[in-house]
Formats: sequence, structure tokens, C-alpha cells
Amino acid sequence: MADALNEPLLEVCGVTKRFGGFTALDKVDLVVRPGERLGLIGPNGSGKSTLVNCISGTLRNEEGGIRFEGRDIGKEPAHRRTRLGLARSFQIPKPFASMSVLDNLRIPLVYAARQHEKLSKSHITDEALHILQQVGLGDKVHAMSGGLTQVDMRKLELARAMAAKPKLLISDEAMAGLSASEVDDILVLLSGLRQQGVAVIMIEHVMRAVMKFSERVAVLVAGRKIADGDPQAVANNMEVVTAYLGQ
Amino acid sequence: MSNRAFAAAAFTIALAIVAASRLIPNDYFFSAAYTVLQFIILATAWNILGGYTGYVNFGSAAFFATGAYSTVFLYKALHAPLIVMIVTGTLAAGLLGLAVGYLTLRLRGVFFAIATLALAVVLYTFVVNWDYVGGARGAYILQPRDIPFGLPRYIHLLYSAMVLMTALALIVARAIETSTIGRGLAAIRDDEVAAECAGVPTLRLKIFSATVSGALMGMAGTTFPYYLSYVEPSAAFNLSYAVNSIAMPLIGGMMSWVGPVIGAVLLGTVQQVVQVTISSAWNLLIVGVLLVVFVTLAPNGIMGWVEAWRRRKR
Repeated sequence: MADALNEPLLEVCGVTKRFGGFTALDKVDLVVRPGERLGLIGPNGSGKSTLVNCISGTLRNEEGGIRFEGRDIGKEPAHRRTRLGLARSFQIPKPFASMSVLDNLRIPLVYAARQHEKLSKSHITDEALHILQQVGLGDKVHAMSGGLTQVDMRKLELARAMAAKPKLLISDEAMAGLSASEVDDILVLLSGLRQQGVAVIMIEHVMRAVMKFSERVAVLVAGRKIADGDPQAVANNMEVVTAYLGQ
Repeated sequence: MSNRAFAAAAFTIALAIVAASRLIPNDYFFSAAYTVLQFIILATAWNILGGYTGYVNFGSAAFFATGAYSTVFLYKALHAPLIVMIVTGTLAAGLLGLAVGYLTLRLRGVFFAIATLALAVVLYTFVVNWDYVGGARGAYILQPRDIPFGLPRYIHLLYSAMVLMTALALIVARAIETSTIGRGLAAIRDDEVAAECAGVPTLRLKIFSATVSGALMGMAGTTFPYYLSYVEPSAAFNLSYAVNSIAMPLIGGMMSWVGPVIGAVLLGTVQQVVQVTISSAWNLLIVGVLLVVFVTLAPNGIMGWVEAWRRRKR
């Protein structure tokens, strides 16, 4: 048991991703332990989303390896990574627009969560309703997801990732544009996931949220990881300050 | 209604229609109804890939002709019975659908549509140069003299086969739509990347959808050579198949299996009537005008319009 806790959940080793002549990620290493809360920050265009795409499998990295629970997943298609327990939300919401909010959640519940948990039909609906209640979409269950407001779509993104019943959830800027109280709601929600043993990588520009939430913060600048450690130490790191504010 | 109950009901109704049709003395009815039924199958089949999955196939004629020419081949080579021809043509077109399914790996949207159109052109050229099945000259297919089940004429048999095949196509389409697979296909249509990240095996589902869609289109073409008694490439690969099988679901509604049926009955019947009363040259013009009207007034088709009206009433 002690071994299982120390074993990293996600291991990213030397991942490099190029778009033509542009190197978006340059030998990035990253480790996430089970149940850990990691903040991933960096200026716009630093490669945060590209890293998420490589981890979740929507992009293929040219070099480097990605291991999940000790297993090499670098060549697995995205849907199999989700089924293994690696779910993500999208920075630009991608709802299944022709479906109701409830049906949006049924997709990951049926296609991902049911792969490792026994879920009956009525169970799936209960589970979906429970998650929607948690993210604050309880009163919009039957609304068409295409007609939601931007804020609600972000909540739906998070809910859909949670519905896959992941061991690691990557939240890609779920809080952009939310009000202070809504940010707090989401923070409570993400922290609650920890009680269930779910590790979270939070990508965020809302620094207050990152500092409050994270046990550890990693910083990406121009495709390279320049800092990784205690949130306070990282915030005081000269290199990070320079990257954000300039010389 | 469960799939089994729906299948039982559909086949019962189909058999009842076949039995009742024997009372109709007019042979023209059978040949006109055959065409409308053929379009119901084509539209239903197209909708599985186009409506449910969101991949617009412009090459319906290629699948239809694969079914037709597989019958021509079996006629020349073996004089095989009709049922063998129907099964073989369906499987052959299904294989072609499988190949198209792999195209979706790299091609989306307009590029996929262009690729399917190109596929039809390539197959057309192939058939034109294949002498065994008649090449550009075409081939004569004689209707057998002895007709089973005591039917008066061969067109009655073709019509009956078409009624049963239509029932089959509708059962398949409805079963897919209401299943977990159908929900996965809808997720792909709405957002393929999000679907993949929600655990939906997108490639496998797209290949499945393209295969079933292609197989059913091919099935609609298998009896075509007997229907006309003479097949030539430009008839089997006619652009009207591609245009109609897109226009009919679009007009009827693409979200459910009912839409293509409504679209095909409406458009197919109007075309038959116009063909008799005005002229056959007007056919595609009518399709075009109706398309423009529907795209502007009811972009989600008749079913979409009905759905919106029902929601407003609630």
C-alpha cells in the first residue's frame, strides 16, 4: 500500500512537441502523485495546453514518454487514456450541443466510467444528476447544452470530465471569466475530489486560485519547465517573476 | 418500444403492405412505389453516416452502383438467384463503406465530402472500362420467366423485396439511433475531440457507421438491374442518387430515423408525379428549389420543425 502511494500516477519524461519549425514543448518532465493537487502556470503561449493535449492524447508528442500508473500510454488513443482514468476539460468549451446537459454527462459515464465500474442504467442517471448538482448545474439538467452561457459551459466541461470517474483530472482554465464566488465554488469542488483520491492538474491564470489550491506549482515558459515546487517558493522565484512581468 | 418489438411490427406491416398491394391492378403503381422505396432506403442509409455521425457522403451513387454491378456480375457469372445477389451486393458495398470509414481518419468536413465524390468518379471510370459487366455500353439483364410466390409479374417480386428491404433498413437505423452506439455517434457529430476525450472510441464507431451506411445503400442497388432490365454506368452512378440521398434527410430531418422517411416519401412522390405530369427533366430542379426553401425556412427539416413546435406548446 505504501508503495502504491509513492508510485507516481503520471510520469511525463522529456516530452517534446514541434509544430513545423516551432518547438512548443522542449523536453518537459512532470510527475503527479496519486491524489496530488498540482498547479500548472505560465504565460500565454507557453505550451500549457499543448502539454495537456499530449498527456490526454489529442496530440502526439514526437519525443519522450508518458506513463500512467506505471504503464506506457504514449501510443494509446485518447479514448483509452480516458478509460484508464485520465480525464480533462477543455479551455474552449466543447459541449455536445445537440444533447441536453444530462445527456452530455451520460456519454463519459457510459463510455468511460462503465469500463471500470459496474453502473446500471438508473445508476448512470443518478450519478449524472449528482455531479451536475455538485457543479451547480442542478437546475439546468434538461436544458440544451448548446444554449448555455459561457460560465455554465465551463461548469459542464468540468462536470463531464468528472463523469469519466478519473484518477487524474486535468482542468484547463475552468475558471476564466468566473466571478470570485464562482471561483470559490469550483475550488471547493476540486478540493472535494481530493477526498475521493482524485489527483488534479489545474491550469489557471487566476493566481489566487492556483495559490490557494495547489500543493505544488510547475511553471512553463516558452515550452520549458523553469520551476517546480512549493507554491510560495515558486512565486518568489526571480526567473518566474521575470517571465511574467518582464525585465 | 424495444428493438425486437419494432422489428416485429415493421416486418408485419411490410408483409401486410405486400399482401394488400396484390389487389392493385395498375402495374405503374409498382414501378413508381419501387422508386420511392429505393429512395427511402438510400436516405435512411445516408443518414446513418451523414445525420447521426456528421460525415457528409457525396458518393452515395458509388455504393448504390456497387450493389447494382455486383448483381450484374453475379448474373453474368453464375445466374445466381435474387436473394444471393441482394446479400452479395450488400456485403460488397459494406466493404466499400469500411474503406470510406478509414478515410474519416484524416478527412473531415468538406474534404471528406470531396473524397467520397472522387471515390464515385474513380469507381465509375473503373466500371466504364470493365468489359465483363458491359463497360460503357451497359448490360442487359433479363428478368427470369418463372416468378415465385405466384406473383403475376416480376416487378411485383422486386417491389415486394424492396418493401422488406425498406423495413430492414428502418429497423437497423432505429436500432443504431437508440443504442449506446447511437449516442456515441451523436457525440462524434457534435464534437469529435470532446467525444474521444469522453472515452468514445471514435474511429471504431465511425468505421461501423460508414460500413452499415454503405451496406444499406448497396442493398438498395442490388435489384436495380432487374428493375430496368438494362444497366449502364451513367444510370447506376447517376448524380441524382447522391443529391437525393442528401436532400431527403435534410428536408425530413436528420436527427431521427423518421426524418429521412418523410423526406424520401415527400420528395420521391413529388418527383414521380412531376415525371408523369410535366417532364422528367424537372426532377433535380424541384429537389433544388425544395432544398433552398427548407434550408431557409426549416433548417432542421420537417421533424426539427415539428419538434420545435411541440416544445413551444409545452
